[in-house]
Amino acid sequence: MNKHTETKNSSGKGEGEITSVFNRRLFLRSAGLATSLGTIVIAAGCNDDDDDPMIPGTGDTVDLGSGDIGVLNYAYALEQLEAAFYTQVIQTPYNGITDAEKAILTDIRDHEIVHRDFFKAALGDKAIKGLTPNFAAIDFSKKEAVLGAAKLFEDTGVAAYNGAGKLIKDPNYLLLAGKIVSVEARHAAVIRDLINPKSADFAGDDIIDANGMDKAIAPADILAAVKGYVKDTITGANVGK
Amino acid sequence: MDIFKIIDQFQQIDGDAVGRLEYASRRHFMNKIGSKLASAAIPTAFAAIVNKAFAQSAAAVDVLNYALTLEYLEDEFYKAGNAAANLIPASDKAIFMQIGKHETQHVAFLVKALGSKAIAKPTFDFQYGGAFGDVFTNYKTFVTVSSALEDTGVRAYKGQAGALIADPQILEYALQVHSIEARHAAVARRLAATLLGNTAMKGWITGKEGAVAAIYAGEDNMTQGGVNLKGLASKSDAAITEAFDEPLTKEAVLAIAGPFIKK
Repeated sequence: MNKHTETKNSSGKGEGEITSVFNRRLFLRSAGLATSLGTIVIAAGCNDDDDDPMIPGTGDTVDLGSGDIGVLNYAYALEQLEAAFYTQVIQTPYNGITDAEKAILTDIRDHEIVHRDFFKAALGDKAIKGLTPNFAAIDFSKKEAVLGAAKLFEDTGVAAYNGAGKLIKDPNYLLLAGKIVSVEARHAAVIRDLINPKSADFAGDDIIDANGMDKAIAPADILAAVKGYVKDTITGANVGK
Repeated sequence: MDIFKIIDQFQQIDGDAVGRLEYASRRHFMNKIGSKLASAAIPTAFAAIVNKAFAQSAAAVDVLNYALTLEYLEDEFYKAGNAAANLIPASDKAIFMQIGKHETQHVAFLVKALGSKAIAKPTFDFQYGGAFGDVFTNYKTFVTVSSALEDTGVRAYKGQAGALIADPQILEYALQVHSIEARHAAVARRLAATLLGNTAMKGWITGKEGAVAAIYAGEDNMTQGGVNLKGLASKSDAAITEAFDEPLTKEAVLAIAGPFIKK
């Protein structure tokens, strides 16, 4: 899970690692340009992470596609995971959940379902299939586990939208992403405040940099961070290209 | 690292950067950027690039100065609030110190990025011509104004995203600030809801719900991507409007912020 909080801005990464990330992205971008007339999935190029033993490997391979459609499918994939997560949270509330917490988590569930169904409708026949989540690692009976996972999903969602913004070519889609990302950021702040009330954690120094900025993370790194939570193998090499 | 790959990489960030950085030899350029990318100092490199390469881009300078105006406003507001005796209760101090810290950082970043193009800090009137006369003596008023400023900030940054679509790196930094303003807004709204006894006010914006009605016009929009979402997933209108935050034009934001600015 710590892996998730690393970004290209993190000084925790070694120089060699950063270089390899950049080279990989360069390679993918160049390849994407060179093959813009055809569709070639370059899964091997972006899969430099070891296989996670947590994944049973029973799912399908899902290609998000290219260009703006790829970005929308990327958002759709993440919203599917979030919606499934909060649906489970409300179906099997953790021990000792308060009315106030349940109201907040129900609101968030509904927002994520609206996001999910909105993207599905907007994408039409270009939409990826419904993903099969894998929440086996989350103990839904424990408050700490549920809110910890919620924090992870919300912070990841914010970083993902922030990182995808510059890949979007159509200003209407960019605005739509903007309308959604700030709602994800509101979720992140409220969840963090539930975990550590009245502290600085809602926009904590663990995630906000010295310029007062949230994270912006590229699709390849986000997909690597969430792959333990989905049974399908998601390929996003051409998102935004 | 191959020099041409680094320049290619940089071209991804700004398609025309190398062309505009005519003063730089490729080697000089590589040394500079190569070392910066390997550290946590990317924003510093960015600032230098904005300064030197985007100085000609009137649109980007405009947007950044507009952002700077709002950040100056927020920064001054929290500096005054955090310094005021007996205003913010000890229980909430950590929240406003953190928000204030971020606004100071945003100002510093923008001033550095804009260099000589940065506008001077205006003179502010946080009493808003008398409407918020007790803003630094009554915590309720302070939190009311805080929630309004943060929600306006979110709407303002969102409204500029399209104008930055040709400047991908500036767009990304704007988005990274935008989501911070939204984090601030959520917490300020929840504090305001409690202090004002307004149970309809949440961290997210239901319809047009907020402590200062004037700034929430259009937040109750139900149409996204050209489609009215009423009934989507059998969710309520409340949930649908909460799920999407709405932008404001620069003109609308400056009309709201105007009374704060004495100049």
